[in-house]
Amino acid sequence: MSYELVFDVKRGDFDTAGEASRKIKRTLQQLGVSNKVIRKVSIAGYEGEMNLAIHSSGGRIVLQVGEEELVLTIEDVGPGIANIDLAMTAGWSTAGDEVRQMGFGAGMGLPNMKNNADSFEISSKIGEGTKIVMKFFV
Amino acid sequence: MKLSQVRDLLDAVVLSGESHLEEEVHSGFGCDLMSDVLCFAREDAILLTGLVNKQVLNTADMANMNSIIFVRDKMPSQEMIDMARERNLLVMSTKYILFESCGILYTNGLKGAHLR
Repeated sequence: MSYELVFDVKRGDFDTAGEASRKIKRTLQQLGVSNKVIRKVSIAGYEGEMNLAIHSSGGRIVLQVGEEELVLTIEDVGPGIANIDLAMTAGWSTAGDEVRQMGFGAGMGLPNMKNNADSFEISSKIGEGTKIVMKFFV
Repeated sequence: MKLSQVRDLLDAVVLSGESHLEEEVHSGFGCDLMSDVLCFAREDAILLTGLVNKQVLNTADMANMNSIIFVRDKMPSQEMIDMARERNLLVMSTKYILFESCGILYTNGLKGAHLR
């Protein structure tokens, strides 16, 4: 890997949520990555960033830029997902009213991340946290 | 059609991104659910919404949608307008409700921006 960006995301901070994804998008534009790939990474990264702000106790986003692929890792410190299959089901969400009023919490985040990435891996443990690793071929 | 024509058809007030007005647009997506915009909207389309918060700007920016129209006379805060200017997003506000706004634009040739 030739380049790495790390962003911390706080729980419930909807005022700054989206900043990390914006910086990732601008960085990829400066690096000359194709618009098609940038859009996929931006959408998946933003969905992940919103998930961290909505559901996690805090976490971070790491973008690794390589010659042939971009690796986006979304990792948090809890609370963990009890049933990953259920969480991956389109339309299923535990988000509250405040989040829904912002236009999110429709249960489309994880499926949309998977849909945009060329590879998608998720692992989670209750009480420890969730880790998502997405790869995008450039 | 040109974005300036969109402005005229919707009798809209332009709040930021005036330099985009001479650009062409071919499709639109009307929705208050940003999750669905991120899932189903095609890029380079106009986003019409009655939801007004910073995440609308983030959603449009990440989805490569450079123009946003707030319907039902909704007005973004000055902070949002500044954020839109910084990101070079065209933001307008119209008195029409979402249904009317979409109908007017569709009747005049704009297509639905459904990602298929």
